[in-house]
Amino acid sequence: MKVAAKVTRPADAGERENWDDSGSGGMAHPVTEGELDLSHGVILYLDDITVSFDGFRALNKLTLSIDVGELRCVIGPNGAGKTTMMDVITGKTRPDSGTAFFGQTMDLTKLAEAEIAHAGIGRKFQKPTIFEHHTVFENLELAMKTDKRVRRSLFARLRSEDYDRIAQTLTTIRLEHEADREAGLLSHGQKQWLEIGMLLMQEPRLLLLDEPVAGMTDDETERTAELFVSLAGQHSLMVVEHDMAFVEALGGKVTVLHEGSVLAEGDLASVQADPRVIEVYLGR
Amino acid sequence: MTRITTDARTVALTRKSRLLLMGGLALAWGVVPLLALVLPAGNPLHLSDYALTLTGKILCYATVAVALDLIWGYAGILSLGHGLFFALGGYAFGMYLMRSIGRDGNYQSDLPDFMVFLDWKELPWFWHGTDSFVWSMLLVLLVPAALAWVFGFFAFRSRIKGVYFSIITQALTYAAMLLFFRNETGFGGNNGFTDFKRVLGFPITAPETRVVLFGLSATLLMGAIVLGRVLITSKFGRVLMATRDAESRVMFLGYQPLYYKLTVWTLSAMLCALAGALYVPQVGIINPSEMSPANSIEIAIWVAVGGRGTLIGPVFGAAIVNLAKSWFTMSFPEYWLFFLGLMFILVTLWLPDGVVGLWRKLRAGRAARRAAADTAAATVAPPAPTTPAPAPAAGGGDKSAAPGVSGAIAKGA
Repeated sequence: MKVAAKVTRPADAGERENWDDSGSGGMAHPVTEGELDLSHGVILYLDDITVSFDGFRALNKLTLSIDVGELRCVIGPNGAGKTTMMDVITGKTRPDSGTAFFGQTMDLTKLAEAEIAHAGIGRKFQKPTIFEHHTVFENLELAMKTDKRVRRSLFARLRSEDYDRIAQTLTTIRLEHEADREAGLLSHGQKQWLEIGMLLMQEPRLLLLDEPVAGMTDDETERTAELFVSLAGQHSLMVVEHDMAFVEALGGKVTVLHEGSVLAEGDLASVQADPRVIEVYLGR
Repeated sequence: MTRITTDARTVALTRKSRLLLMGGLALAWGVVPLLALVLPAGNPLHLSDYALTLTGKILCYATVAVALDLIWGYAGILSLGHGLFFALGGYAFGMYLMRSIGRDGNYQSDLPDFMVFLDWKELPWFWHGTDSFVWSMLLVLLVPAALAWVFGFFAFRSRIKGVYFSIITQALTYAAMLLFFRNETGFGGNNGFTDFKRVLGFPITAPETRVVLFGLSATLLMGAIVLGRVLITSKFGRVLMATRDAESRVMFLGYQPLYYKLTVWTLSAMLCALAGALYVPQVGIINPSEMSPANSIEIAIWVAVGGRGTLIGPVFGAAIVNLAKSWFTMSFPEYWLFFLGLMFILVTLWLPDGVVGLWRKLRAGRAARRAAADTAAATVAPPAPTTPAPAPAAGGGDKSAAPGVSGAIAKGA
């Protein structure tokens, strides 16, 4: 439980109000509905997941786990099951068998997409989907974690801490000088960053990033790598990417997927040296 | 940090628009009564009954156009059945006006004339209480609101949008028209309600009454615009516009677009109903033809001509089209529909943002030319800034002028 508290940032303090620290009678893990339990230091467990589409096994007994605060890269040739894996985690696709747990208690295979997003898994799709006619500031404002019902929105005023949060995110994604610009006018790389910023405003615990540097310039790619490295620790990240230079710049643990299961796992150098990996993927 | 202190984004009304509003109110409640009541009929500045009623009518139409712009321009929902809510408001208030006739009708009965004509012996249940002004005003607001809410709930929940939604709203108003055409429905059949005598005890055709109705229509229109401004500059408005642009993304952020759409949709219907309630005493008649699909399409044309997503544009659109209509139907009655169609085609092809869009484009062009001249004048201009930001930002500022944050953008850029 203390581990959980360590990774919980102050902004989330309100969520833990129903955790009874004082007189719980020695209960080790108060299990609260919809509450993320990170007591074992692992944020995501995928165990023996199989997904078939018309007889084709997109995922084949995939087993994978991600630690709290980890920055994990997932690579693999086309059709290795990377996107399907993300679909399973976000509830878009239901596995035929196997289990997927977010923290110790949350069974992702039983939650709806919106519930999973609310629980703290944020996903960035390949194509940035920002609100092009809104300013950068407004995009972040809309994404901010808050009461999103109509009657609150009608009278919503940004408090100074909201301004601070948005300003902080703007700095993180290096768009502090573009706050008042229409988002549609940003460069491709900036749009990707804005989308990442919008994810961050939702205060996710786990970020899933699908080919985040596709279409970026080398300079932008480099800055994105810096951004992700700075996010790790505070957040857990899972990055699917083809760009090896980018994966190298991230420097975390690498998982190689092949035909729906894990082929190899380790740091990039050891993975690249693995003959099986060379055969299926890197050496072609 | 200093960059995002754009307080302008939350200001619904600038000082200029506040002054304009004051001016509008002074005009409606001060100048117009003076011209219509105090000046003798011979004076060239005298406002005739005809002109007063025509303008009052157009103000009601303009309110409907603003209401449609709220949902079409900002939520991307094109209703081609808004005439229904307008007519329902008119009918609800018309019931009160019918009851106010008392025994002064042709048949000197307590019942409205058409009921005597149909040989009805007592008021249908839904006519009870309509002799009360307060109750009928409640009906004006609540009946269209309830219909809009229920219809909207099912339509938006089933994610019906685009042209399908438009077609269903057409069908809705058409069905209502057929229903109201029937004598058995209890609303006077195809003759509707007419021959009103008084409103709140005042003779309905008296110039003083007309002046007050005119003033109320102008106030309602300004109120609708202010309400619209407040809505679209709130976070609610930003969510609404985001829904218009990328609905699934909005849902992904945890908003429920259904209730956002439903709120603005119901509000829009209520604005139409109020306009209808003010329209009926001014023109002296309400009948089911107000619900005809063609009427509702015309409302959409007002908005398109004026400029959708601008709030103020639809006011001009309604005025331009209706003044043209008044003139055409007197001079060349048989060509009016052709002209209306032509206007719609021309606006769609050449003026996607309507007359307001055209005006803004002209103004932006002039500003750009002036800026270019200034740069040329500065002979030893410093090298262009390294960031590519300024040039596209200026262009974008013009384009985004509609949502009302242009001031903030322009200042920021």
